[in-house]
Amino acid sequence: MDPQTYAIRFGYGLPAPDPAVALTGPDLTAEAWPGTSFAQIGPVLAAFRAAKTDKDEAGIKAGHRASDMLALRGAKAIFARAAGSEDPFRERLVAFWADHFTVAAKTRMDRALPSILIDEAIRPHVTGRFADMLRAVITHPVMLIYLNQEASYGPSSRKGMRLKKGLNENLARELLELHTLGVGASYSQTDVRELAELLTGLSVTSEGFDFDPRRAEPGPETVLGVTYGSEGLEPILQALDDLAARPETAAHIAGKLAVHFVSDTPDAGLVAALSGVFQNTGGDLLSVAKALLAHPVAAPAGAKARQPFDFMVAALRGLGIKPGHLVAMQPKVFNRLILAPLTAMGQPFQQAPGPDGWPEAAADWITPQGLAARIDWAMQVPQRLQRPLPDPRAFLAATLGSRAGEKLVWAVSAAESAQDGVGLVLASPEFNRR
Amino acid sequence: MDRRIFLKAMGVLGCSAAAHPWLTTLALAAAPGENRLVVIILRGAMDGLDVVQPRGDSGFLPARPGVLSPGLDLDGFFSLNEGLAGLMPLWRANELAFVHATSTPYRDKRSHFDGQDLLEAGTGTDLLPAAQRDGWLNRLLQVMPGTGSETAWDVGRGAMPVLAGAVPVQSWSPDQDMAISAPARTLLQQVYEGDPLFHAASATAFDLAGMGGGEGQDAGQDAGRDAGLIADFVAERLRGSARIAAFSLTGWDTHKGQMNTIRKPLHQLQTAILQLQAGVGPEIWGKTAVLAMTEFGRTAYQNGSGGTDHGTGGAMLVAGGAVRGGQVLGRWPGLAEAELYDRRDLMPTSDVRDWAAQAMQGLFGLDQGLLESTVFPGLKMEAAPRLIL
Repeated sequence: MDPQTYAIRFGYGLPAPDPAVALTGPDLTAEAWPGTSFAQIGPVLAAFRAAKTDKDEAGIKAGHRASDMLALRGAKAIFARAAGSEDPFRERLVAFWADHFTVAAKTRMDRALPSILIDEAIRPHVTGRFADMLRAVITHPVMLIYLNQEASYGPSSRKGMRLKKGLNENLARELLELHTLGVGASYSQTDVRELAELLTGLSVTSEGFDFDPRRAEPGPETVLGVTYGSEGLEPILQALDDLAARPETAAHIAGKLAVHFVSDTPDAGLVAALSGVFQNTGGDLLSVAKALLAHPVAAPAGAKARQPFDFMVAALRGLGIKPGHLVAMQPKVFNRLILAPLTAMGQPFQQAPGPDGWPEAAADWITPQGLAARIDWAMQVPQRLQRPLPDPRAFLAATLGSRAGEKLVWAVSAAESAQDGVGLVLASPEFNRR
Repeated sequence: MDRRIFLKAMGVLGCSAAAHPWLTTLALAAAPGENRLVVIILRGAMDGLDVVQPRGDSGFLPARPGVLSPGLDLDGFFSLNEGLAGLMPLWRANELAFVHATSTPYRDKRSHFDGQDLLEAGTGTDLLPAAQRDGWLNRLLQVMPGTGSETAWDVGRGAMPVLAGAVPVQSWSPDQDMAISAPARTLLQQVYEGDPLFHAASATAFDLAGMGGGEGQDAGQDAGRDAGLIADFVAERLRGSARIAAFSLTGWDTHKGQMNTIRKPLHQLQTAILQLQAGVGPEIWGKTAVLAMTEFGRTAYQNGSGGTDHGTGGAMLVAGGAVRGGQVLGRWPGLAEAELYDRRDLMPTSDVRDWAAQAMQGLFGLDQGLLESTVFPGLKMEAAPRLIL
C-alpha cells in the first residue's frame, strides 16, 4: 500500500507515518502520555457515594472536582497519544475497540471511567487475542458499572434472597448483541436470560473487580446449547471464550472492521478474508490487523467520512501541534478549543448515545449542524493553536498530497488570508473524508 | 424574526447546532392545511407500565414492589406517574390521552437499535432494519399535496430517521455559533459543489445562520430547559408555515434505580409538551396533536436492581387540543403470567403504526389506502377508536 493511503485510511492522515513501525515493538505511546486507573477513581467514587448519603455538600463538591480532574487527564492522554504517536494505526485500533466495547459517561461522576477501561482492558490486547480482550473487558469494573452488571444478583443466591434482589440482563444482552455474535445471529431470549444468570457474581468494590460467590446464581446455565455446570468465575470465563470462538463473532467483527476502516459498504471478499484470519488464528488481533493492511481492497479513496475526533486529530497533526502542548493546556482552554467543538460536531467525548457506539455512515456525520461545527473549528481554532499559521498552499500539499482536487487547490490559492486558506483545507470534503 | 433579515442585520454567518445527549434531533416540515402534527421519539424504551400505571390490575403491584413511582388517578383503573403531574390539567381538559399495550411489529430480540430503526421506518419486519432507508414521516410528506420549500428540519447530532427520505430536511438546534468570512464562504461553497454530500449539508448549514439561542450552555446541566428550548422553537415554527415537527428525547433505558432514573426523562417530556402548548397559543393548540412513541416497552416484572429490562408492549402518549383526550385507549391484556408476551412482557394488543396512521388520517384527511400502501407499507388499519376530534 502506498504511504498516503496507509496514512489516511489507517492513521490520522498526512504527514505519513512509517509503515514499518506499524504495530511492532512495545506500546511506547501509552507510556509517554499516561492516563489514570481504576485504583485512582475507585476510592473517589466510594467517597462521593458516602458524601451523597450523608448530604455532605463539601464532600460532593470534592468528589466532582476529583472526578473532573481524572477525566481531564484521561481525555488529554487520549488526544496526546493520537496527535503524537509514531504508530497511529495502533491508536486507530484502540479507538475501534473502544467503540466496539463502548462505555459512555452518563453522569459527571462517570466521565473518568471510559478512558480507564480503554487503558486497562482494551489497549493491552489490541495486538493480542480477542478472547483475552473480551475477558478483560467483561470483568472490568467500568463495564460492569456501565451495563449494570454490578447491580445483578442471582435470584436464588444467598445475597439475592437476603436482599430480595435479582437479575439485570443488560450486560448479558449487549454481550451477545454487540460484543460477540451480533444482532443478526440466532440467539434467543432464553440465551440472554441464562447468560444473565451465569454472569451473576461479577461485581465491583472500591478496589476494583470482585467475584462474589454469594450473589452468583447456583446451578447450571445453558447458553447457545452449552451447559456451564460448575460454580465460580471459571465457567463465566469459559463462556466468554466460547462466545469469542463462535464463527458468528468472527463474522461480526470482520464486518465491523471493514466498515470502520475501509467502506460503509465493504467488499464481501475483504470481510470473508478477515473473518477467515480471525477464525484460523483463534482470534489473533495482530494477524487480523495485518490482513486488513495487506488485503488488496478496491475501495475508492475518500469513501468514509472522518469522525469528529479523527478529523480534529488529523488537523492537530497536520498543524504540527505537539502532544505536550495539549497536555499543558488550561482545563478551560482545552474544553473551549477541543472538547466543546467535538460536542458541536456531534461526538461529545466518550459520550456515545448508547452501548452500540458511534454510527459509521458518512451521512450520519456530514449533517448541516455537524458540518457547520467543522467549518467553524477549521476557520477559528487553528490560529489559536499555531502561530504563525503555515502557508496554506504548503499546508494543503502536506496534509492532502495528491488527494486535493483542482477546485480546492484553486480556492486555497485564492484565499485572502492564511486563516481562511488553512480553514478551507480543513473544511474541504477531501480533508473530511478518508 | 425572519432569519434572512436577521442574517443581513448581523452581517455574519452563524449556525446553530448542539449535540445534547438527550435531545438528539429535531425536525420540522411545512405542509398544507391548518392542523399540526408533532412526533416525539422517546429513545431507550419508555416503561409504559410505570408511566401509565394499571393499578386496577391485581397483577400490577406484586410485579413492581420496588419500582413504582407515586401515581395520580386517571380513570379509576390507570394512574399517571407523578413525574407527569404537570400534565393533569391537560387530562382534565380532555387534551391528553394514552394508548396502552401497543408496540411496533418488532419482537423478541429486544435491541434498542433495531427497535428504533423499525419504529422510525414504520415498516414491518419483512425488511432488515438496515435496508429501510426512509422514515414514515418523510413518506407522509411525499404523499401530502402541496408541501412547500420550508420542508423539514433536523437538529443535534444526526438525522431523525423518521423524517429521512426523498423530501429534503433542514435543521436546527439550540446553541453554537459559526463564524466564517464572506470570501471564505464563497470559496468553500465552490469547493463543496463537487461533493454532493457536502454540498447538500452546507446549503442548510450556511442557511441556518443566526437562528435560535446561541447561548452556549453546558449540556447536561438542566434537562428541562433544553427540552423547553426545543419546544419553543417548534412552537415558533408551528405558528408559521410548518405543520409537521419531530424531535427525540432520550434517557428512558431505566435498567437500574428506576424510581430515580425515570424522573429526568419524564420531566423533559412534560416540559416539552407544556412549553409547546404555551408557545403555540390556544388557537393553534386546538389544531395540534403530539404523538410520543418509543421503540418498545419494558418487562412487566421489575428486575433485580430496582429497574426493568427490555420488553415488548409499551405505551404511547397523545396530547393536544385536536385530540380526543381524557381516555386510556387500547385493549388491556392483563398482567397474569399467562397473559404476558413470552411470560415476561406486556402483551401488545395493537400496532402503534395503526394509531399514528389514524392520527394522520384525522389531521390531514389522507386516504386509508395511501396510508396502508405508502406511509406504513403492509399495515392493515383496524377500526380503532378515533384519536383526533
